[in-house]
Amino acid sequence: MAGLAASFGSGAMTNSFADFDRAKLIFVIGSNTTEAHPVAGALIKRAVMKGSQLIVADPRYTGIAEHAQTYIPLKVGSDVAFINGLMHVIIKEGLQDQAYIDAHTTGFKELKAKVAEYPPKKAARIAGISEDLLIETARKLASVKPAMLVYTLGITEHTCGVNNVRSTANLQMLLGNVGFDCGGVNPLRGQNNVQGACDMGALPNVYPGYQKVEDKAAREKFENAWSVKLPKKNGLMMPQMFEGIADGSLKALWIFGENLANTEPDIRHVEHCLESVDFLICNDIFPTETTRFADVIFPAAAWSEDDGTFSNSERRVSRVRKAVDPPGEAKPNWWIFREVAKRLGQEWKSKSAKDIWDKEVSQLAPALGGIKYSRLEDDGLQWPCPDLKHPGTACLHKDGCFTCGLGNFQALDWTPPAEVPDKKYPLVLSTGRRLYHYHTRTQTGRSGGLNDLLGEETADISLADAAQLGVADGDMVRVSSRRGQVVVKAKVTRQVPRGMVWMAFHFREGNANWLTNPVYDPISLTAEYKACAVKVEKA
Amino acid sequence: MSKPTLSLDGKLAEFSPGQTILDVAREQGIDIPTLCYLKDATPTGACRICLVEVKGARTLVASCAMPAGNGMVVQTDTPEVRKSRRLNIELLLASGNHNCLTCEKNGDCKLQALAYAYGITDIRFSGQTQQYPAETDNPLIVRDFSRCILCGRCVQACNELQVNQAIGYGYRGAKAKIVTTGDRPYNDSDCVFCGQCVQVCPVGALTEKKAKGLGRSYEMTKIRTTCPYCGVGCQMWLHVKDGRIAKVTAVEDAQPNRGMLCVKGRFGYDFIHSPERLTTPLIKEDGEFRQASWDEALNLVATRLKAIKKKHGADAIAGVSCARSINEDSYNMQKLFRGVIGTNNIDHCART
Repeated sequence: MAGLAASFGSGAMTNSFADFDRAKLIFVIGSNTTEAHPVAGALIKRAVMKGSQLIVADPRYTGIAEHAQTYIPLKVGSDVAFINGLMHVIIKEGLQDQAYIDAHTTGFKELKAKVAEYPPKKAARIAGISEDLLIETARKLASVKPAMLVYTLGITEHTCGVNNVRSTANLQMLLGNVGFDCGGVNPLRGQNNVQGACDMGALPNVYPGYQKVEDKAAREKFENAWSVKLPKKNGLMMPQMFEGIADGSLKALWIFGENLANTEPDIRHVEHCLESVDFLICNDIFPTETTRFADVIFPAAAWSEDDGTFSNSERRVSRVRKAVDPPGEAKPNWWIFREVAKRLGQEWKSKSAKDIWDKEVSQLAPALGGIKYSRLEDDGLQWPCPDLKHPGTACLHKDGCFTCGLGNFQALDWTPPAEVPDKKYPLVLSTGRRLYHYHTRTQTGRSGGLNDLLGEETADISLADAAQLGVADGDMVRVSSRRGQVVVKAKVTRQVPRGMVWMAFHFREGNANWLTNPVYDPISLTAEYKACAVKVEKA
Repeated sequence: MSKPTLSLDGKLAEFSPGQTILDVAREQGIDIPTLCYLKDATPTGACRICLVEVKGARTLVASCAMPAGNGMVVQTDTPEVRKSRRLNIELLLASGNHNCLTCEKNGDCKLQALAYAYGITDIRFSGQTQQYPAETDNPLIVRDFSRCILCGRCVQACNELQVNQAIGYGYRGAKAKIVTTGDRPYNDSDCVFCGQCVQVCPVGALTEKKAKGLGRSYEMTKIRTTCPYCGVGCQMWLHVKDGRIAKVTAVEDAQPNRGMLCVKGRFGYDFIHSPERLTTPLIKEDGEFRQASWDEALNLVATRLKAIKKKHGADAIAGVSCARSINEDSYNMQKLFRGVIGTNNIDHCART
């Protein structure tokens, strides 16, 4: 999100799902839409059925790629070079939207100079595709207006994740596609309320509504609202918290509803940290691999046991409603934090989720000012929604009027993944989600039937590599990296290109995160889940 | 230029070119019954329930498939129309096993409702008996072919709404059946278990296996909520009885999902009823967890945090919030860390 915020002034999906089946050209890059966001995938497929153009760039021939007229089998981690190559062709052939660029953006000159260094020959070589495909794709992208760009974690989960994001923003500004219905840059958020957790300020540098911690006026506003003194400097991002535990500066960690022991790269290192922190508190609905390390576990009310709101990818705040009582003594999480605050000397007024939203969140976050529970009965509201009469915002940066004034082009160089294949570890491991499960299966694994549809992890490998390794579909293989090894069944599939292994992190056994590399984008500190070096042997 | 018009039951109604007679009638608040009609999909005209009289037409016309025409004179509820609809309903009732007592769909069945509305008390025809055995191999969806009326809504939903292209019509005449490629069971086919076919089935041919026996539709309370899985934020109905979610369906016409769900949203709800849920606070002592009261656990946390803050400063404490839980939870957690503990060490896994 840091990338889009720097380019546009707002780090959120620019358009709406309502556009997905109406867009005339959709460019999907690094998104396994039909498995990770199936309903969004369905809308894109509908658009194609009605005659829209679909371009899919992904190392794997995914379900959504099957529907594309143009499929680009991009090499893992080559996105910046690929997009620079596209922009090279667009500028060389004069296909950019110069009027839009002149009126609404800054930094074009530097961008032009930079992408001049990425002629098709070079860009295509890095991306592992043909020059013709690159040139043809550039022309196609420029041929329809507006065109919509959709990406997911295939763009962000790299050491160059922020640069990848900014490249997508560069491309769409170059083509004059940002600020229009059925255009824009549209990151599909991985989790139901990841947008909301950001909006609420569960980030070390911003208060609710993206008001900066280091901004004195913002700090004073929250000091007044909460009647407290607030710390002045930004806090730690998650990977820095683990460093803090390792170097002894962090003594207590409170983990709310995350199963970090399975979701973070390099499980062995993470578990060592969780084990060594002095005091670990967990809120959860189930015992997990993470709660094993806790000193105190609070039993929490789950989805459908508590009233509240989620904010989806398209910035839509929707109601979540209580349908049943929580089991035993389980309590809402907001109540747990309130009770601890009380014991630390502060009595908070809000006694329900509705109070918290109506009387605090929407009062304090300007973009949410017009959103009240009474307005959320049906389809919710998309922020920005600054006042009670405002209908919400389906499309950001309307007509190229960016939140930050002018859109910022950023000249960027391609950098390879931190760990690339070598003699010892000759294959690239890339990871993600599969259709039938979600993350570490704390929920889907306990929902009847889903384990029957997918019961174990596999290492997905190409026909060519399988043949070379003498591995047949269903054979057990050992996949190892510099961090660890797992033994799983091989799934031999046409989806995966030669030289790649693809795995998920749904199962403790064979979890890809025993292998993944704990290296991070320097700005967002997103881990490089999409690329590390491994070897595969018959087990 | 003024809009074209047609006459509907004697009243003049404007329409936009491309609208069907059914579309116009619904806009005018005229209720034409349908079975096979599926919004957002190409009309098939398969069930012949939405028949209407159009002046000058040779036969009755399927209103779902007939484009409205300027100057058309349409009657939606004549004796001829009612007789024809009634006959079609009778034929459908005779075409399979429509014993409502034993049907999961009792009370929520369009065929049952139509039979009632058209005053059908007995079935004049002796129909065919069950041809194909029910398919119960997969864990989520029961396919009872004996109750299928071949309306094709499931086929339209699979092909045109979800675009999964897993099912179509198979065989011919009395042997006709909705089939996957090669007529294999769902779990051995291209089916991805989005369950859209179940959502649109007007009768008891396709039902949720996990909901079986948990209650009739009229015993359920329907509660609207937002899906807890990916970032699309699909709108769904929870069907609740006796403190238990019996099933989940998509909210029709709602943004952003417009009546669709995926396998996780539709079938991944019952984890909340798992016996493995945490039900009391737990405190670790000598490496083992023991149950504790809320007061004890909350006091312990407050005391420890106070002591750590005193000894090492507030920045020795950090929190990871949850990207799955509600906004209000994250808000309170960051407020606790910033305003009470006194550190900005609050993050969540925006990065996974």
